[in-house]
Order: sequence, then structure tokens, then C-alpha cells
Amino acid sequence: MRYFKLILIIILVYLLGISGWARNLDDINLINLPGNGKINSQYFSPEVEVPSPSIVSIYLNDNLIETRKAFTEKLVFPQMKLKLGKNSIKITVKTAEKQYEKYFTIKREAWFNTERTNMLVAIILLVLLIVYFIFTAQKGKVYYIRKIAGLAALDDAVGRATEMGKAVLYVPGSQDMDDIQTLAGLSILGHVAEKTAEYDTPIMVPTARSLVMSTAQEVVKEAYLKAGRPDAYKSENVRYLTDDQFGYVAGVDGIMVRERTAANFYMGSFYAESLILAETGHSTGAIQIAGTAMSAQLPFFVAACDYTLIGEELFAASAYLSKEPLQVGSLKGQDMGKLFFLIAIIIGVILETFGIKSFTEWFIIK
Amino acid sequence: MIITAIAGVVILLFYFIPRSPFDRIGEVFQNWVIIVAAFAIILGVGSLVKVNGEKISRLSQGWGYSVVLLVGLFTTALIGIIGGIEEGSAFDFIFKYFFTPMGSTMFSLLAFFIASAAFRAFRAKTFEAGLLLASAFLVMLGRVPIGDYIWHKFPEIASWIMDFPNTAGQRAIMIGASLGVVSTSIKFLLGIDKSYLGGE
Repeated sequence: MRYFKLILIIILVYLLGISGWARNLDDINLINLPGNGKINSQYFSPEVEVPSPSIVSIYLNDNLIETRKAFTEKLVFPQMKLKLGKNSIKITVKTAEKQYEKYFTIKREAWFNTERTNMLVAIILLVLLIVYFIFTAQKGKVYYIRKIAGLAALDDAVGRATEMGKAVLYVPGSQDMDDIQTLAGLSILGHVAEKTAEYDTPIMVPTARSLVMSTAQEVVKEAYLKAGRPDAYKSENVRYLTDDQFGYVAGVDGIMVRERTAANFYMGSFYAESLILAETGHSTGAIQIAGTAMSAQLPFFVAACDYTLIGEELFAASAYLSKEPLQVGSLKGQDMGKLFFLIAIIIGVILETFGIKSFTEWFIIK
Repeated sequence: MIITAIAGVVILLFYFIPRSPFDRIGEVFQNWVIIVAAFAIILGVGSLVKVNGEKISRLSQGWGYSVVLLVGLFTTALIGIIGGIEEGSAFDFIFKYFFTPMGSTMFSLLAFFIASAAFRAFRAKTFEAGLLLASAFLVMLGRVPIGDYIWHKFPEIASWIMDFPNTAGQRAIMIGASLGVVSTSIKFLLGIDKSYLGGE
């Protein structure tokens, strides 16, 4: 069974690896313009992706508008107003080895962007699946959710902090409320705070954004109220530190070292601060549970934390913890969506192998 | 919740309508967020002053750090407001010679933490950890000149590991996470999940 799983993983890795989603800087992705060259609005800000260093020139009706040196991969030109139906845009990219040229025409304004049809179909399909499974769950059908070790360990971690008489530290990521991972992190915060209220253990929530602080205060307050312990809620424990990335790290590390928090939770969006936080927490001997969808930071959390919620598990937490039919149904719908894309990837790989590109091309987001 | 639903649905709809002014609605909403966040900074500063002020008034452990923090906060803000923030100003001096080096100091810790975390992660206790160790060893060897010197195939092996198994793993995580994002967004927009507001 163990080897069967391994073989299955190797096959999946191979299929995903050779699927035709790789970026090819020599061809169509060299210049990445919104709408794949069809501009549907009067206002246009060209975004150009180039192999750096390059010299990028932009022409409007063969008149040179601007030339820039690109030292980074992405170059954004200022917005310009166009007369629809009368303009053509040319972009040239010169590197030491090669010169590329691309022309773009301007289309009339439309009421529907047909280039985003695939996106609309995917959203409608996913919404229908989610709504269907919510409906069936409401009717009483019980869906199975696999055990997620990181979420199952949440209560144990709070229990450990209670036994040790130490506080719990909860970090809801370093980004603002417009990042959905922060919202997912705040959803889990409600559950953790309810447990800390029940066990009479202090919870500390340092935030890097004022809006996150305000929301986290509401979430924790509500959790204490639900646990029947509104008197134990201390607003100063949910506090703002700084917007600066490394200033925030220094502040949170200071809390860990001074308070010797026994359980640390990192749930949300993280960048370079992830490993500094997790390693400091490890050095203080705290049990650590992390969750993020930032694929670049996941290896750091996996190496330094006891449990890690990987990508989608962070978003499944709310359903997993509440066990509400509505939420579980939506999770099932999401899983079906995943199955759909898995089948699409396998079909795409087979068709690409035989040189049929139209199927995979339909999935490319423009 | 109603505001979330309306804002979300409007942005989603207008994503598919390419003509002005609909295609600019996302930008307008983004500007609103910036304005709201700018006002929210007052709440943040209020929280900082309250927490650290109480610490100083009670002479709690480490109250001296709170004094440094508040003095730093107000001094920098005052210097910026009075003297401006242009290059060569006192504010710029603070930014260049206090703020930036302190940030760099914290960032530099990462080099040491990577070493300590890698040391623990690469202990081959299980078959999977052994695979991780072997692939990490090959990638590291393939990325340094001595690897090429030992055997010219090491850089190719390292590139293959990064381009195929690593890319495939990353994509699998990204596909799962993206579906999770869509699903979570739908739950928030439809009001199925209110837990981020403190509800069930």
C-alpha cells in the first residue's frame, strides 16, 4: 500500500510537471498585456514582462511614446487614453541577444470580455457544485472530512499552554484584510480564542495592520462571549505592533522570548518573516501550528513547526472546526472542483502528448 | 456582511465587463480601501500608545523599551511633519541610518535560521525524510561550482529536480489553494461563513 501510494505520487508529479503550463519567455508570455493584445477600454496601462535587462519601447500609431530600461522582469508603463478603433500599439523589447516586436490592435468596447469566458465557466461550475453540495448537506446527507492533523492538534496545543500556565500566541499573518488568507486566519482565531476562554488561558494576538487588529479584537471578544467569559477578555492582548515587516517580526519575537508562550499559531499570509518567527518559537520550546497558502513559505513552516496546514487546508479549517452542514457541503463542492481540474489535467497531458493544443489553450487565463 | 456581499459581487461582475467605467471599479474600491486603512492607522497608533503607556505607568517589566518605542514613534512623526520627508531631511536620515539597518539586521537572521531549520529537516528518520535529504543534497551540489567539478551531470540533475518534481509539487499546492480561495470567497459572499466577523 505504501509503495502504491508512492508510485501514484510519482505519476501525479510527472503529469503535473509535464503539463503545458510552463512559462515560455521566448514566445507569447514575453509581452504580457491585458486582454492578450485586444484592448477593450479607452484607458490602457501596458504591462510588459521581459527577460532582464532589456530596453523596452512603446509606440502609438508608429510614434515613439516612451523607452525604458528594464532591470526587473515586470515593467508597467503609465496609463494612456486612446481613441477606440483608430490606434495601434507596437512594443519592442531589445535584449543583448535578440529583438522582439509585437503589434496590438484596439477593439471596440464590449459588454462582455469573451477572453474571460473560461474564467466565468469555471466560477459558475464551482458555484453550482458548492451550492449543490450545500443543498444536499442541508437535507441531512453527512459528508466525510479527512482528519487534518494540524487542526486536530489545535485544542491539544491550547491545553498544553493551560497546563504550563503560559499564554497562547496567535499571529494572523502579516498582510491586511484584503488578503483572503488573513480572513481564513481570523476564522481559526475565533475557535482558538473560544478554547483559551474556556481554559482561562491568555491569548496574545499581535497584528501588523490596524484593520486586522480591529477585526481580531471583535473576533476574540465574540469568542469570549460565546464561551461565557466576557470578563476575561482583554483588548490590550490583541494589539497592533507595526506595518513594517521586520519591525513586526522583532515585536512578535520579543513577545515569544519575554512571555515564553507555550503554543504559537501562525495562520495567514506570510513572506520572509515566516522562518524567523517559527525558528524563534522553536527555540523557546513552544508547540507550533502554522497554516498558509504561500507556497514559498510552506517549506520553512514544515521544517520549523510541529504541524502545518498546507494551502487548501487553511481554507478548509472553518468547515472542519465548525462541522456545520453548510460549511461541510461547500468543502465537498470544492473537492469536486479539484476532481474536475485533476481530470482536466490528465486529459490535457494526454492531448498535449499527441500534439493537440486547443484543450489546454482554453484553460489559459488572458 | 451585506457590504462584503455587495462589494464582492460588484467586483466579480465588473471583472467581465471591459468597458469604462465598469473596468475601473476595482481600482476605485482599492482606493477606498487605502483611505479606510489610512484612517485605521489612528486605531493602531491608539493601541500602541495605550498598551505601552499603561506599561510605563505601572513600571511593568521592560517598561524602558516602551519609553524608547513611544519616543521613537512621536519623534519620527514630528520630524517628518515639521521638516518634511525629502532626501537629505532629518526624517530621511532616521530612515537611512536607523530604520533600514534595523530591518536589515532582522532580515539577516534568516541566513542562520535557514541553517538550523535545514539541519532538523534533513535528519533522515523516515523514508520520506531520506528522499528530502537526498534531493536537497543533489540540488545543493548542483548549484555550487564544486558540484560541476566533481561530476558535470550534477547541475543537470539539480535543474531536473527543480523543474519537474519541485514545480509539480508547487503547482499541486497552488491549484488546491486557488480552489480554496474561490470556495472561501463564495462562502463569504453568500454569507455561509461569518466566522471572520466573530460569528459561527
